[in-house]
Amino acid sequence: MKTRYIDRTRDYYRAQGFSTDYTWSQYDETPFAPLGKPLNESRVTMVTTGVVEADIPKPIRTAKHYPFSDAPGAFFTEELSWDKTTTHMRDRSSYFPIEILQALEEEAFIGDIAPRFHFVPTEYSQRLTIEQDAPSIVRACLEDEVDIAILIPL
Amino acid sequence: MVIGAALDILARCGTPRTVYNDMPLGNPLGKPFDRSMHRETLRLALTLAVDAKSPGTVVETSFVWDAFDTDESWKRNFCFIDPNTPEKYLAMGEENRQRRLDNKAKGLFRE
Repeated sequence: MKTRYIDRTRDYYRAQGFSTDYTWSQYDETPFAPLGKPLNESRVTMVTTGVVEADIPKPIRTAKHYPFSDAPGAFFTEELSWDKTTTHMRDRSSYFPIEILQALEEEAFIGDIAPRFHFVPTEYSQRLTIEQDAPSIVRACLEDEVDIAILIPL
Repeated sequence: MVIGAALDILARCGTPRTVYNDMPLGNPLGKPFDRSMHRETLRLALTLAVDAKSPGTVVETSFVWDAFDTDESWKRNFCFIDPNTPEKYLAMGEENRQRRLDNKAKGLFRE
């Protein structure tokens, strides 16, 4: 059975005495753009919620763009909401599979890897995500001529 | 394109293309150190980038977190609430609210 994360987090925060439930994003229409070229000619990047710069306090983290060579061996994930009872984050590949992406590039399964990956903060404010973080990542992807951006939220 | 483990959240939002992996939050590509699982998940996602014909396409992997955990007991862990210790959660909430106030007082907020 699929885990009902919306229900679980709602009950969890109610148990903590929060009187207003979080309202998750909900849209009636979903955007869609066909790829328009073969996979083996496409440029790929990744968008992660794993934190690169842990010294930036959580409340003021914004979307940022980093060369893949700057990806940390282990992203800072302690402040994020993942299942800390069941699993661990000691294997970067389980949330940021750059080595596998590199192998797929070498095998010509994809065209190539974009010069930069992207951090998006798990921001409480949907306004900040929509008005600032998402447009920042879109701009950077357009600059890098990205064809496929894979968002991998932890 | 999203690779994720919280399908209800993704479905509510409405993501264009989704690969859903029924894993604990934190390891959307698959079990830690299981490279073949990570590789298959990523290949599914990249293939979906080409194959999806309409918005909201979801592909579910066949992977399971623990084949021996037949009642999927791990799914009770995230945001588990122990009914015997309500004060513990209220204290967590109080700490959370105080931290938000402190951050605001220190100018640690976005506009």
